[in-house]
Amino acid sequence: MTLSELKPGQSGIVKGIGTKGPLKRRIMDMGVTPGTEIKVIKVAPLGDPIEVNIRGYELSLRKNEALQITLA
Amino acid sequence: MSITIALAGNPNCGKTTLFNELTGSKQHVGNWPGVTVDKKEGVYRRNKDVVILDLPGTYSLSPYSQEEIIARDYIVKERPDAVINIVDATNIERNLYLTMQIAETGIPMVIALNMMDEVEARGDKIREKELEKLLGIPVVPIVARSGKGMTELMRAAVDVAKEEAAIRNHVAYPEGLQEGIDEIAAALDGAAKERNWKAIKILEGDEMVLRELDEKTKEELEAIVSQTEEKTEEDLEALIADCKYKYIAKLVKASVKKKHQGHVETRSDKLDKILTNRILALPIFAGIMYLMFGITFGETIFGVIPGVGTWLQGIVCDFWEGPLTDMIMNGLEVAGASGWALSLVGDGILAGLGGVISFLPQILILFLLMSFLEDSGYMARVAFVMDKLFRKFGLSGKSFIPLLMGFGCSVPAMMASRTLENDKDRRMTMMLTPFMSCGAKLPIYLMFAATLFPNGNRTLLLFSIYFLGMAVAVIGGIILSKTMFKGEISNFIMELPQYRIPTLKSVLIHGWEKVKGFAVKAGTVILASTVLIWFLSRFSFRLQYLEEDQLASSIIAKIGNAIRFIFIPLGFGSDWRPIVGTITGFIAKENIVSTFGVLFNAADGIADAAAEGVTALPGIDAVFTQVTAYAYMAFNLLCMPCFAAVGALRKEMGTWKWTFKAIGFQMLVAYVVAFLINMIGGLLF
Repeated sequence: MTLSELKPGQSGIVKGIGTKGPLKRRIMDMGVTPGTEIKVIKVAPLGDPIEVNIRGYELSLRKNEALQITLA
Repeated sequence: MSITIALAGNPNCGKTTLFNELTGSKQHVGNWPGVTVDKKEGVYRRNKDVVILDLPGTYSLSPYSQEEIIARDYIVKERPDAVINIVDATNIERNLYLTMQIAETGIPMVIALNMMDEVEARGDKIREKELEKLLGIPVVPIVARSGKGMTELMRAAVDVAKEEAAIRNHVAYPEGLQEGIDEIAAALDGAAKERNWKAIKILEGDEMVLRELDEKTKEELEAIVSQTEEKTEEDLEALIADCKYKYIAKLVKASVKKKHQGHVETRSDKLDKILTNRILALPIFAGIMYLMFGITFGETIFGVIPGVGTWLQGIVCDFWEGPLTDMIMNGLEVAGASGWALSLVGDGILAGLGGVISFLPQILILFLLMSFLEDSGYMARVAFVMDKLFRKFGLSGKSFIPLLMGFGCSVPAMMASRTLENDKDRRMTMMLTPFMSCGAKLPIYLMFAATLFPNGNRTLLLFSIYFLGMAVAVIGGIILSKTMFKGEISNFIMELPQYRIPTLKSVLIHGWEKVKGFAVKAGTVILASTVLIWFLSRFSFRLQYLEEDQLASSIIAKIGNAIRFIFIPLGFGSDWRPIVGTITGFIAKENIVSTFGVLFNAADGIADAAAEGVTALPGIDAVFTQVTAYAYMAFNLLCMPCFAAVGALRKEMGTWKWTFKAIGFQMLVAYVVAFLINMIGGLLF
């Protein structure tokens, strides 16, 4: 299961990040690391990107980036 | 002896506010060589021996965006005497991640725990003494907005700068990984604390550190890296980030007491329920933009209140064209200056610079409003809401603001593109911005509408031109992203910061910096080009000074005649005057109108063109048909923007190579579109 499958209000625990290179490092730098709770807050009015809450702050990312974040 | 202290921290952590608080007004903005991001330097207002440096906001010391590379290069290579790491206490976990990375560089540091008032207001508690003990780094609670804790913070920073800092290895890495770090550190040259940091970066696969090694060492070290990878059976980059965050989790557990656990709805969340609401988001945004434009560019706001920008512009213009010009010209005449000298100062320098100066009030107002929106956290929401739409054109949600501003003036629009951290997005946005028809191009359309389309629907004509610009930008974006920028993927991983009311001081300083930058940089480009065009239009090839009615034998007329064949396929190459119009338009687009006025011998200017129709510009109907006039308008809309905009473009692109690429692209697009209009129009009408 990936982060992109969660609906607003749902949350999950990060298991891993599928991609490699700078994008992966960026995602992890922002605090999306294995074992962290992540909650989808809302989807943008046009359907993409999404807003999530992680480590007590709000982060937005596109759905195809959320697709790389697998959940336990 | 002077001490250099760098301020480092995440974006939105209150770094700029702290910088302004510490330095007062004693600061100056300088450019980093080759890059567009500003480095700010100031002097501590209570001790002139302390130099304070404001680094761009960054989430980590990994080289991800240009701003992060700058912050990192400064910390690692220049090694300031101390770093003040500003930590947003309301978002302590993610902020401490950068702290751990700075700590690993071994540079003396102090943590400024900012926004403690908000933490208290939430009912949370941070035991900073506990944090200090665990980290071995001084922690000073501050409230940057009110200036609370500044003296203590600076005392601590100066103290650590004077001591030799010990190596701090906080993060407990698993055995296999730690062995790898030690092995690599042992193989490197240099001071122990630098080696430790480099070793970790090499294990992360950091290209910028690897590049500095010679081939032999690189091979040796890469062997250790793959060994370590086997031992830990993990992706090292992920493992290192993970270890840091695990350590931070421990720190936070020991020192932070939260009133509520888990996700708590904040005031920001409540605001977001309205501002990024599915239905309301777009109308609210449109309303805010309308207001911003009304205040900056409008004659009136809602037809009642006079627009501030236009009003100020009027005052500046009146002063420039009235008392100032009169005084200088009278002075020159009294001094017995010759005709050409009077013309150089009057028609060249004063008129040309006046065009630039007249934009300053609007730039100031626009940037005051923009920095308010940016500092408040709303801009991030705009990007969030618009991203899906703009990605279709190969851009990002963050491109929206610069493009929208392009309808007012390309100069501030180019400067606003700085907020895009991705190179591809930023460059593409700047290339497409001039296609948004700016305010100075409007008089050109009005001139043609009055003379050649007297019976046509004026609104429809104007609307179609504006629409043409937008359509070309969309198509251009799609083409660029599939050709010049092919395969470059941009990401959109962006923090949505808490809404905050910005301080007046920081908004004012922001606005002032932008205006100053524009006046100096674009001003020099403008002045030089103004003088050049003046010279070309007022002298013949024999270097004879020409009166106003002899312009047909000027150098510029000869040039126009020589190159006009290029424009024959576009329909307006049969005469040299439109070509000269386009060239003078590079100084300021509205110059095309005054040039036409002079070259077509408009009896009393073209102020009354609407009433006089085609007779306002005698003979213009012999040069243009309606179709070729439309092609000419399209060409001037799309081709290279004015020199002021080119100056801003150069400043923001950072290199001449990209500046010329952008101009070349715009010229090509203008030519192709005008050609198509002439061809298709010729078949239809």
